[in-house]
Amino acid sequence: MNHSRRRLATIGGLAFAATLALSACSAPNDSVPGEGGSGERELTPVKLQLQWLPQGQFAGYFAAVDQGYFEEEGLDVEIIPSGGDIVPQDALANGDVDYAIAWVPKVLGSIEQGANLTNIAQIFQKSGTLQVSWADSGIDSVADFEGKKIGSWGFGNEWEIFAAMAAEGLDSTTVQIITQDFNMNAFLQGDIDAAQAMTYNEYAQLLETPNPDTGELYQPEDFNVISYEDTEGAMLQDAIWADTERLESDEEYQDTTVAFLKAVVKGWIYAAENPEQASEITIAAGSGWGPSHELWMVNETNKLIWPSPNGIGVIDEAAWDKTVAGALSAVNESGARLITEEPPATAWSNEWIQRALDELEGDDLDLTGEGFEPIEVELQEGGN
Amino acid sequence: MTDTGVRETSAVTDAAAMTPARDIRPPRRPGGPGRVRRGFAQWAWGLAGLLVVVLVWEGYKLLGPADGVVVGGARVLPRTTDLAMPHVWEMIGRLAEPVTRSPSAQPLWLVVALAALTTLGIAAAGWLVGVVVGVGLALVMQRWRIAEWGILPWIVLSQTVPLIAFAPVVKSWGSRVEIGAFEWQDWMSVALIASYLAFFPIAIGALKGLQSPDRIHTELMQSYAAGYWQTLVKLRLPAAVPYLLPALRLGAANAVIGAVVAEVSTGLQGGIGRILIQFAGQASGDPAKAWGPIFGAIVLGLVAAGSVALLGVILKDYRRTEEAA
Repeated sequence: MNHSRRRLATIGGLAFAATLALSACSAPNDSVPGEGGSGERELTPVKLQLQWLPQGQFAGYFAAVDQGYFEEEGLDVEIIPSGGDIVPQDALANGDVDYAIAWVPKVLGSIEQGANLTNIAQIFQKSGTLQVSWADSGIDSVADFEGKKIGSWGFGNEWEIFAAMAAEGLDSTTVQIITQDFNMNAFLQGDIDAAQAMTYNEYAQLLETPNPDTGELYQPEDFNVISYEDTEGAMLQDAIWADTERLESDEEYQDTTVAFLKAVVKGWIYAAENPEQASEITIAAGSGWGPSHELWMVNETNKLIWPSPNGIGVIDEAAWDKTVAGALSAVNESGARLITEEPPATAWSNEWIQRALDELEGDDLDLTGEGFEPIEVELQEGGN
Repeated sequence: MTDTGVRETSAVTDAAAMTPARDIRPPRRPGGPGRVRRGFAQWAWGLAGLLVVVLVWEGYKLLGPADGVVVGGARVLPRTTDLAMPHVWEMIGRLAEPVTRSPSAQPLWLVVALAALTTLGIAAAGWLVGVVVGVGLALVMQRWRIAEWGILPWIVLSQTVPLIAFAPVVKSWGSRVEIGAFEWQDWMSVALIASYLAFFPIAIGALKGLQSPDRIHTELMQSYAAGYWQTLVKLRLPAAVPYLLPALRLGAANAVIGAVVAEVSTGLQGGIGRILIQFAGQASGDPAKAWGPIFGAIVLGLVAAGSVALLGVILKDYRRTEEAA
């Protein structure tokens, strides 16, 4: 009697554990977007690896999914966010995904290490990196960096700093690079003299923080802002990368690439014309930022993309050469270099984006962003 | 069942079992007033401990220097600013508020709770795999000495592989696994990493437990002409329980840590690891918010360890003593 009851309890306990495990099997499944749902037409599955968590920086891709642009092109696109340790260009080179979003200097490093990748669309035409210091710090330009505590996230995000310093003839080994966290607390608390900040994210984080002295939010006047776009260190950022070998030999991949780029272009045009909706779409896609921060992000990202005089995504050879020159000249604080020789000619190609733009020509779309007007975004405390 | 030990039985409660209870206590009658009082005292002490933490936090925040304590260039005590150490009531109050100003936003506590549940499910799956693999390895190692010599160093070595190197590889492999209708899901990579951390203490604890019966007992079984399986079921498994339970609890804690870190590492959406970094990015403008997921992770660990304690209740007749794994 006693024994059988104990056995029952054991079985009950095991069943409980099994239920827990099974609930693990089913629960996260429901949250995976874009599974199945292929209509009458057979859609080509495509995986796109982002550089970071879903956020306004990638609004155009989420808009292209939400607005059905990918589906119109016969694609079923799965957008894969990155976490701390997923390097987009590595995932692409390994064949885990079909396309990846990554900064140009980081991929140049990977290409020199042997990755065979091609930049097929330069979405961001300008660099969005800033170096922010306090207004009274005396750091007004890159020339003032020597001997200072300079913040950076590392992982290849630091090369613009060193390229800009190299262009000024400064000794990069005098700076102390402090690795920045996900937020601006280290700067706000004085551990960093000049912190790295993206126009679309960390700079907004500062402007969302209450100033303990006044009780009001910090204002732009409180900071000195150095924009790398104005320096020799400016490097190209968010670009779409593809597998070089497949681009050369796989016809299906070539067609998919053009179709993919067409939908991406439409997605970014949508984000330019409807920043509020694009921001909401991004939040619905799993971005955790508050509405005001997200909208700021979409708006600032738009400013980095538009106008694109040659058409969105077309790689400006001068900007590419400047990026390569910067990457070649940059020496980091421990004396290491990003690349030592020019990247191969296959590292970029305007062939695919040009084909996509040509196919979109008659569609009454503003492909160069002539009529683009940024909006005014008012940031709320905490970005909420 | 078989009474293998010579030590006296005592009803060990779960809280007491956290530390090896080697003392011999007079058996208590279950359900007596003493037990109720003891249960109450345990809760009271638990709450008192929590209160002490709150008091230390607020006390240091009130009296500590704003810039923390720096010794030889290294900060040994944190800053006391609101940015670094929000008030306890602010952190708790923030939990009740919506995550963002968005009209569809849920309260922070609910978001944290849902994320914690997702992670708990993944960790539970990883833990179960860890139990199967760990106990399986222990059985093999106990059965064949040569297997112990051959496998044990590898098990120890396996834990020296840093997660940061391991996680992308697992994710990369996973994205290529597709067998028939079965397609590898991203959460499975996370569960696999959780199981990788969980199986280690379980394998070691189970092996130690299976080897724990004294020679006199195994020889007794031999004199009964009991075979390997009979000895295993009647002697070794019951004897392994006191070693296994702490190992399972360690495994559960490892599985939770593994799941959270692997979520961050692989960028899995929906779990507590994800909102941990998401809200950390918002900690400049909203310092209290970043603590929400941290509390969630703590509760998660407690729930995981508590679930294993439930197993201990079921197996209480085998728990004469508890050895640290």
